[in-house]
Amino acid sequence: MENLEVKPAEQTIQHADIFAIALHHRFQWEEAQQSYVILFPEGMVKLHGGAGEVIKRVDGKASVGNIVAELKAAFPDAANIEADIIGMFDMAYGKAWIRKLN
Amino acid sequence: MTQNSLGDSAVQMAVHAQNNGVAANITHTQPLWLLAEVTYRCPLHCAFCYNPTDYDKHTQNELSTEQWIQALRDARKMGAIQLGISGGEPLLRDDIEDIVIEAKKLGYYSNLITSGVGLTEKRIQAFKDGGLDHIQLSMHDITEEINNFITNTKTFELKKKVAAMIKNHGYPMVLNVVIHRYNIGHIKEILEMAEALGADYVELANTQYYGWSLVNRSQLMPLKEQIDEAERITNEFRQKVGNKMKIFFVVPDYFGDRPKKCMNGWGEVFMIVTANGDVLPCHSARVLPNMQFPNVREHGLEYAWKESPAFNKYRGTAWMKGPCVTCPEKMNDLAGCRCQAFLLSGDAESADPVCSLSPNHHLIEKAIEDSKNPVLASQPIIFRTDKNSKKYAAGDKERVEEFHALP
Repeated sequence: MENLEVKPAEQTIQHADIFAIALHHRFQWEEAQQSYVILFPEGMVKLHGGAGEVIKRVDGKASVGNIVAELKAAFPDAANIEADIIGMFDMAYGKAWIRKLN
Repeated sequence: MTQNSLGDSAVQMAVHAQNNGVAANITHTQPLWLLAEVTYRCPLHCAFCYNPTDYDKHTQNELSTEQWIQALRDARKMGAIQLGISGGEPLLRDDIEDIVIEAKKLGYYSNLITSGVGLTEKRIQAFKDGGLDHIQLSMHDITEEINNFITNTKTFELKKKVAAMIKNHGYPMVLNVVIHRYNIGHIKEILEMAEALGADYVELANTQYYGWSLVNRSQLMPLKEQIDEAERITNEFRQKVGNKMKIFFVVPDYFGDRPKKCMNGWGEVFMIVTANGDVLPCHSARVLPNMQFPNVREHGLEYAWKESPAFNKYRGTAWMKGPCVTCPEKMNDLAGCRCQAFLLSGDAESADPVCSLSPNHHLIEKAIEDSKNPVLASQPIIFRTDKNSKKYAAGDKERVEEFHALP
């Protein structure tokens, strides 16, 4: 049987992977909370700063590699940014907030 | 954003939703969740309904469409984002389509909470076009017999049809099953049915005892062993289906050592506007004594949430008594449920009797004993009907004399 646990980042998330927001989930900016949120039946997740910056680029077209490159360019001084971004993808995929298209 | 925010904290700071749907660890209160109980009228007569037993008083003075739309706008401005449209049976109103359109316009994630009675192809298409995000359907059992018995209606076949309709319109399939003595032995079959219907989310909600379910407590409460077995079966099923079908098992508090953090805290994240416009921090708050709840006909929701004495009364910990006030665990549960404390003990400020440290814990032990008493358990169920509600509203005390208010 397939192991459904979240696997270590380097095994699960590849640069070529393309993700979209999961079906029945909605990602939006919340003015009152000054943060991005993901909304789904029976719940919501508040995404602080960096997490929101990652998920906001998940559009069903950009690959993980594209998003990493874009964020590296946008935040050149952030150390070890790639591991954090991959970590965010890993968690979001593990929680089924995003779905894999390829 | 700052560079730091893409650092180590990015992942850790993603707040995961709790079982009741909203992130708990916010630092300032906003009514993230708005529940619109648009009507108390209902074609079903469920024995476990949490609605007030005297709901009949509130069926003649429902808010108008315009008043609901104004309430939606006001709450959204204050940060409300999840909208539940509930009842009673909300589909008994013919303006749910208008409410849905407004909710979409305002950016709510909207949810219609329904028995399915009254959902037609025409209406579901209008909801889809209007931008309703999902529909939560109540199911009762895998057997026609139990479904029809506990709801006191012949709705079994209809619910299966409605489930298919929801799926066909591309909606997530969200099933809510209230668990009690009559269906707890069928958990595996209920989950199999949910899987066969293509459910994405299943909430197995063990009955909590408020309103009609409190009146029928001795008839509905299962044994501890049955609950443990149901939870074991649920965990096993979860392993099997993984992320495909998310299963929430809402634990019944009577069998725990500590109370639930009711509503995630009084006036913390949850706001209810009831059919007649009363604004409440929880479903059954109207049972509490010496409380004047704000009403949208007189005040805006901002007043209700921020300034009304009722919403501020049990915020924080300053109102607590012993043993809660000095308890090292007080932040975990905020002393539990005020309504349960009052209904069972007569003291709204006392610890929830569910807590084993409460001086009133014997009331819970007695309720569990009573549920095993064959004489009490064989008393007929009092169904949620207009006729029974009228009796309670008129002061009839049948089976509520031991409680400190009408449940």
